[in-house]
Amino acid sequence: MTSVLDDLRSELGTRLLQVVQKNPRRAYVKLSDADLPAAAKFLLGRGGRLATISGIDTRNGVELLYHFAFAAEHVMVTLKTLLPKPLPRTASLAGWLPAANWSEREIHDLLGVTFADHPDPRRLLLADSWPEGVHPLRRDFKGLPDENRGSAAGAVSPAP
Amino acid sequence: MKTVVVPLGPFHPLLEEAEYFKLTVEGETVVDVDLKVGYMHRGIEKLSQSKTFDQVPFLVERICGICSTSHPLAYVNAVEDLLGVEPPERALYVRTIIAELERIHSHLLWVGLAGHFIGYDTVFMWAWRYREPVLDLFELISGNRNHYAMMKVGGVRRDIPEDAYPKINATLDEVQKGTEMFIGAVMDDPVIHARTKGIGVLTPEAARAYGTLGPTVRGSGIPDDIRRDDPYAAYERVEWKVCTWDGGDVFAKAAVRLLEIVEAIRIIRQCTEQMRQGAIDLDLQNIGPGEGIGHAEAPRGEVFHYVRSDGSPKPVRHKVRAPSLMNIPSFKATCIGQQVADAALITAAVDPCYCCTERTMVMEGDRMVLSGGDLVAMSRDKTARIRDALGSVPPVEKLVKEVMRR
Repeated sequence: MTSVLDDLRSELGTRLLQVVQKNPRRAYVKLSDADLPAAAKFLLGRGGRLATISGIDTRNGVELLYHFAFAAEHVMVTLKTLLPKPLPRTASLAGWLPAANWSEREIHDLLGVTFADHPDPRRLLLADSWPEGVHPLRRDFKGLPDENRGSAAGAVSPAP
Repeated sequence: MKTVVVPLGPFHPLLEEAEYFKLTVEGETVVDVDLKVGYMHRGIEKLSQSKTFDQVPFLVERICGICSTSHPLAYVNAVEDLLGVEPPERALYVRTIIAELERIHSHLLWVGLAGHFIGYDTVFMWAWRYREPVLDLFELISGNRNHYAMMKVGGVRRDIPEDAYPKINATLDEVQKGTEMFIGAVMDDPVIHARTKGIGVLTPEAARAYGTLGPTVRGSGIPDDIRRDDPYAAYERVEWKVCTWDGGDVFAKAAVRLLEIVEAIRIIRQCTEQMRQGAIDLDLQNIGPGEGIGHAEAPRGEVFHYVRSDGSPKPVRHKVRAPSLMNIPSFKATCIGQQVADAALITAAVDPCYCCTERTMVMEGDRMVLSGGDLVAMSRDKTARIRDALGSVPPVEKLVKEVMRR
């Protein structure tokens, strides 16, 4: 455990804003979103696997958590970054990391985060008829207006 | 050459997720593939925020109808990670037995469907015949064949009754015999080799880049397995090995699954021998604030759950990531350059979606030229051609003829 975290510390130094080792198998590292691609590249090169990205709408902004699993060390290192609302925006990793592609599209659908330079920024999960700019995992989401409900249930077949 | 678009999917009742594959083909060769999901998006993460911590396992159990215990198991691992507690030892063994029984029936289901698709209906019938007694065991233990409701934060909801163990052992003997027969049949059959070897190859580099999981990554020779890489339940207390196979093709993924059935039987046998009487639950009352990560090795790969609590009775955020979300995008790496008759088999090798083939059509403009049934027939014809060319009768069918004669 210490070795992955130590290596990350020596690589990024003071750019790591906070390091919390919750238990021997879990660590959480806060950093600015500008430093995230460099940290992600470093962890992947160090033998990590991007398990997924979680997004959470909080009072202060949308928080993104990039979970990296290290098989040999039996640890998970989570990189945390906070994107300010109302228009959370960060760089996409999908251009060089296919594993991030669908996770970023999912977060864009559900939380309205824009991933700059995403190679394929189409909608992933929400129905084709779902209104633009409405994100169901935002805290202010209170449901769709009634006129959207019927069409959302009906418009599920793709054009061949 | 003129390209034709082949839509595969999106709906089939057997899927844990409905998917849609748009294959662009030139003649018989797939030149591009586009994937679309979201047809079955049920908003489970949002729903979970409206349930108490104790209700969530019942909700997430319904994410998947086949590997239904993987999600509750990953969730309770996440909440226990949040709290920093470990359940009583007996509960850990019960969890392991349930998870491994589930792996057996899920892999047997896949073996059967794969056999049906390449034209080996005897494989389909025999695999499902051995799957059935495993479901009976679940009924004996939990009262239900598929949604067992065994997992609970801090333990398990019910114990495995003493009188169930003889039945468990007898069933394992039976399934082991069947699986060994399958392994012999698949590994030796020249037609299955010709039909699955070198088809839909996922290189170790692509497997890593796409972050693929479970038998999909282990079929590319990479020994990733959450049970060993971040041990939970009783996997540290029993002896077992991570099953891998080199090649990355359909054959390798099938081989990994068959070997894992045998390994699962070995794990369950050790659990039933080692477990002692004792408490099965910590009786936790409140979940304090914090965050936790839990994962579990489901039959299809790592199931990942992240839970955050603010001290209220409900999670403020519950993130779920199923293995197929990572495995399906790898079709971009495996389908292109392959034959149309193999495309369905390649997607099936990942085990997201076998029977979307039933919903497949080939369209030329607005005119349907091939139905889903036609594509299944194409795949089966290809097997028949190979079989004729090799002039052999597959061992399983030989075996069945033998049995029929008796």
